[in-house]
Amino acid sequence: MNYSVDDNGFYGRFGGAYVPEMLYANVEELRQNYLTIMAEPDFQEEMQSLLRDYVGRPTPLYFAKRLSEKYNTNIYLKREDLNHTGAHKINNTIGQILLAKRLGKTRIIAETGAGQHGVATATVCALMNLECIVYMGEVDIERQAPNVARMKMLGATVVPATSGSRTLKDATNEAIRDWINNPGNTYYIIGSVVGPHPYPDMVARFQAVISEEIKAQLLEKTGSEDPDYIVACVGGGSNAAGAFYHYLDTPEVKLVAVEAAGLGIDSGESAATSVLGKEGIIHGSRTLLMQTEDGQVTEPYSISAGLDYPGVGPLHAHLHQSGRAIFESITDEEALQAVLELTRLEGIIPALETAHALAVISRLGAKPDEVVVLNLSGRGDKDLATYLDRFNFDDK
Amino acid sequence: MINRIQQLFAQKPQGLLSVYFTAGFPNLEDTVPIILELEKNGVDLIEIGMPFSDPLADGPTIQQSSEVAIRNGMTIPTLFAQLQDIRQHTQIPLVLMGYLNPVMQYGVERFLQKASELGIDGLILPDLPLSDYVREYKEVFERYKLSNIFLITPQTPEQRIREIDTHTNGFIYMVSSASVTGSTTGQSVVNTTYFERVKEMGLRNPGVIGFGIHNQETFEQACHHASGAIIGSAFIKAIAKEESLSENISTFIQSIRHKETA
Repeated sequence: MNYSVDDNGFYGRFGGAYVPEMLYANVEELRQNYLTIMAEPDFQEEMQSLLRDYVGRPTPLYFAKRLSEKYNTNIYLKREDLNHTGAHKINNTIGQILLAKRLGKTRIIAETGAGQHGVATATVCALMNLECIVYMGEVDIERQAPNVARMKMLGATVVPATSGSRTLKDATNEAIRDWINNPGNTYYIIGSVVGPHPYPDMVARFQAVISEEIKAQLLEKTGSEDPDYIVACVGGGSNAAGAFYHYLDTPEVKLVAVEAAGLGIDSGESAATSVLGKEGIIHGSRTLLMQTEDGQVTEPYSISAGLDYPGVGPLHAHLHQSGRAIFESITDEEALQAVLELTRLEGIIPALETAHALAVISRLGAKPDEVVVLNLSGRGDKDLATYLDRFNFDDK
Repeated sequence: MINRIQQLFAQKPQGLLSVYFTAGFPNLEDTVPIILELEKNGVDLIEIGMPFSDPLADGPTIQQSSEVAIRNGMTIPTLFAQLQDIRQHTQIPLVLMGYLNPVMQYGVERFLQKASELGIDGLILPDLPLSDYVREYKEVFERYKLSNIFLITPQTPEQRIREIDTHTNGFIYMVSSASVTGSTTGQSVVNTTYFERVKEMGLRNPGVIGFGIHNQETFEQACHHASGAIIGSAFIKAIAKEESLSENISTFIQSIRHKETA
């Protein structure tokens, strides 16, 4: 089985570039140039130096002793939460901003859900002195206020998306419309492995640094570069794509993708695309999609703004359909318990998105001699208001 | 292959007025009355919009009309039921316009067959890639005598325009500028260089200009450079007004073409 994108931008039957003609020239320009530019030595040099000195890579691979004891296995946390700006998102925005500059673009747009990608984009725009416009659902602007403040502080313009469910899907629609309206000078930094080809492949390549580092670090710590499990949460799926990337062709390593079940798979308030979705087209890509019988996109739900998306990247649709990855889903409540568990066992407050991956550890059935690598994709600072509200510490 | 679109352009190569509306807006059952009123008011071609929850290429007006239409209960089967007897009432060329996903869920081939049975003449599916069309669907479209209308923009390279011209039969939808639908920021749609560049290419298909056409002035400018023009958002705004549907339609169409009716 092949898990790389083919010449037409497909992973198996998923992917492609289903875009209206107004976007064709933009997408085509990127498709024709991304691999060449990424391979240029001066591009690699600039990117590697920024990842090291600005982002803080490599991020540690931390053996979580108390968590491991609790589940009677060996759990390593890939500390993407320690990146500058607090999540894995900046791996991708560093890469794309360098690409945008080489394409001569002067205006950067982005969509954001939890605000992590928005902050990561605003950050690299400040760094490179480029104009930055971030589209964010009205609902998400309310529930992720600290990140909105950070983006504004960094000089970005945050534009509320007011249509549909007013979350990540709608922010993405607005960003795409902006790109249609400004085809010449504007570069669209997509934050996940979604969108028309070449975005899913390009973003996966920029995030692949995660699994590249895991391999070297795990070899050093355990004598083998292959764990038994790699666990990551999936909204669009960029941190999972990065954590899985260099293991895709190693079938002994079990890949576990964790989606948000929201209030429960059958509750009608969920974002578990692999269970509830069927093949369709969203944001320019053929993938699994939550939709009505008539093909209208369903409004998903999750407590986690970063997982609140009705689709999934085409790579993940392919991994699901081919059986290469195991897909699990975790409810709001389970995720919240996992937040508190990691905080109290390891002194690490994770993001709500990441907590979905953590909550699945108890289900893995990992044996005492097995190794689990969990991609700790982001830190929980942005979610403190939700945590304080849900955990009610004052009353305890 | 001869359908009503090709007949229309053969008979009337200049000054065509095409109107887009979202099926199910303002009310679920307005589809047939809007078609008949448009014909009565001298419109040449009608694009029936099939509402989609996530219309990427559309501005706020068509987005909102789509949301209302979906809430009103508009679906592809409902639309097909409404159009069941349409050819007993009118012979105006009819084009269905929408995004690929709902059509995919209905089944592309089943959709084309049904559309053809109802007397539909063409389709506009902006997110259906040219390569997919040629590889998977062109033969089916031709079998059912349906024109597949492609969009071009000022950014579309000449070679691609020629390729589109080879694979389509009907007209080429010339997007006036880099924009989603309903933009009226520029007072003028005269992108003369682009329009003239396309004209000089001597394509076998006629061109019709759309996006940003919203009044008599912009309509006439567009007609000067192509076979006609398409009005969508401005028409949807007009039929959202309080007066009766027939009043709103006749007032609006006359405002576009009042010289002819004066």
